Amino acid sequence: MDYFLELFLGGLTRGSIYALIALGYTMVYGIIQLINFAHGEIYMIGAFTALIVAGVLTLLGWNQVAILVIASLAAVIYSCAYGFTVEKLAYKPLRQAPRLSALISAIGMSLFLQNYVLLAQTSDFLPFPSLIPEFKFIAPYAHIIRSSEIVILVTTAVVMILLTLLIKFTRIGKAMRATAQDRDMAMLVGVDVNRVISVTFIVGSATAAIGGVLIASHIGQINFYIGFIAGIKAFVAAVLGGIGSIPGAVLGSLVLGWTESFFTGYVSSDYEDVFAFLFLVFILIFRPAGILGRSETEKV
Amino acid sequence: MPSLAEIKKSLLTSIWFMFLTFPVMVIRVNTIYKTVEWRWWSLFYVGIGSFFLSFLWRYLIRRKETGQKKVQSGRAPDKSLLRSALDRPGIFIPALIVLAAVAVIFPFLFSMYQTNIMINALIYVVVGLGLNIVVGLAGLLDLGYVAFYAVGAYSYALLNYHFGIGFWAALPIGAGLGFLFGILLGFPVLRLRGDYLAIVTLGFGEIIRLILENWNEFSFGPSGIANIPRPGFFGIDFSLQQATTYIYFLMIGLVIFTIFVVNRLQNSRIGRAWIALREDEIACQAMGIDKTKTKLTAFALGATWAGMGGVVFAAKTTFINPASFTIWESIIILCIVVLGGMGSIVGIVTGALTLILLPEYLRAFSQYRMLIFGIILVAMMVFRPGGIVSTVRRTYQFEALGSKNDKR
Repeated sequence: MDYFLELFLGGLTRGSIYALIALGYTMVYGIIQLINFAHGEIYMIGAFTALIVAGVLTLLGWNQVAILVIASLAAVIYSCAYGFTVEKLAYKPLRQAPRLSALISAIGMSLFLQNYVLLAQTSDFLPFPSLIPEFKFIAPYAHIIRSSEIVILVTTAVVMILLTLLIKFTRIGKAMRATAQDRDMAMLVGVDVNRVISVTFIVGSATAAIGGVLIASHIGQINFYIGFIAGIKAFVAAVLGGIGSIPGAVLGSLVLGWTESFFTGYVSSDYEDVFAFLFLVFILIFRPAGILGRSETEKV
Repeated sequence: MPSLAEIKKSLLTSIWFMFLTFPVMVIRVNTIYKTVEWRWWSLFYVGIGSFFLSFLWRYLIRRKETGQKKVQSGRAPDKSLLRSALDRPGIFIPALIVLAAVAVIFPFLFSMYQTNIMINALIYVVVGLGLNIVVGLAGLLDLGYVAFYAVGAYSYALLNYHFGIGFWAALPIGAGLGFLFGILLGFPVLRLRGDYLAIVTLGFGEIIRLILENWNEFSFGPSGIANIPRPGFFGIDFSLQQATTYIYFLMIGLVIFTIFVVNRLQNSRIGRAWIALREDEIACQAMGIDKTKTKLTAFALGATWAGMGGVVFAAKTTFINPASFTIWESIIILCIVVLGGMGSIVGIVTGALTLILLPEYLRAFSQYRMLIFGIILVAMMVFRPGGIVSTVRRTYQFEALGSKNDKR
């Protein structure tokens, strides 16, 4: 039973991380129908910024809690700035262009950002400081759950709730929903669409950065390539849940996290990804628009 | 002379980029020796560089916008210089002859290394034209195309290893297996559209690669298969140099064959059905086109070329392992199709040659080459979203008096 619980919680943690990244994908997709390939790179840059800031502050001898707070803040601020700039440079001039052109531009941006970090920093794996403190009360259950996992779960839950509130009840959230439904119509009723798109990128980047800091201190090492792998997984999760739908992204991520965790735990770790992808294909055969996605009936 | 407002704008841009690149470019923490390296000079470069580049960027964006307006108001033709040159037989045919002459003497003029790079580029031309059927003509976004390439390469390698089957027998077998796998992938994805299709094909590509990597008894795992024989020619023994030249001409032949077939397909009944499917699925069905059959043939025929390309790839490198068939490979091939100009054969040939040869010749900048490659992809798409050679739709133009309607 303990083993089952361990796998369950492991899957939940993994799913939460995927969810933090998948949210950015799904929000951007919902608004401009673009697979933002560079999103994983934003997550990677968040993790790197946190590593750099934490490294400097550790050498200056600050205490751990202050480092955690400042490093996370720096990661969020920088990721937002990068997300904003990437949108302005690589996607905004392509608003009217064919969708595949924007996709290639996103791929180019992803390549650029990976190599930028590779050249400016290093290609090696860097050890990431364990920023999250060990909780005392967790000690008896240490074989089932780690304290970093608890922090991940709580943070993800808080971020989800805040995001839902933002989208449901604020003015900008309403504008986002309007833009997602019909961009031209939203423009006609006076929504500043460019601003909405910028805000979407910023919010998506912020959640990705939080995910980046959490996963980096959970796993303990990062390199310039982590963003690409995580990005692909998160994208799969977003599609699984129904791309464009925010609860769908969360559900899809959790399903993917559990699938991987249980399969690795009970069957074999070699074919973990094969199974995850087969599962995806299987679900999409029966629900072609994802678990929570509505299949749109096309009007003629 | 730039105005004051322009300079102010550029100044702000440069400050913004200096802020943006500050932690990654300036600070490098060494956690082992507990030292911090501050590289202030790179901040200075970023500032200066972005200040001047922002002028160029704004100028190019302005130029693109005025160009678009001209096209919309009908004052300028919606054609590039290259395109209009290609339409004129007086330029097109001599250009073709020159090209053919260069292609024939190429391996005798340049070193074996250059020839090898060229063979590589030609393989991508074939594979790119294959993907063009799926993405460019039928409009089905396929992110796992490399799977079929892997199927081709492994079918030759394994058949040769176990049964000693030669290159010429393996070529049609590889193509046939590609065809079969195309149908195999096609069936489950028939109902999916757009990005759902993209992600399932991506998954399919990864599944094939992971199976090849993990199923040691079948595919020898990550260590791959070595000593795959080069193609034979009636049992004559070639030196390495001769063999390379031979593969080069073989590839030229395959490219010509591919161009011929794809060109014929494009204007055939099935080709027009693909284009109709791309433009509007419902209208296409209403016109009595069998959607299932059309989609499946697109996947299967596209995969056939990848299978063939894979066989040649295995024969050329004589060693394959799963690392050659990652998702990046699929992305590069997709970039060839989109950057070259979707649906245009000339465009894809140009695109493949540019995208494969460019990184090779950028080796002078060794470590910066992928960075530059990324910038080029973004810049190309921003300033020429239709690709190098964008396809021109067939349109009927009516002369003022309505006496003559010419087709172009």
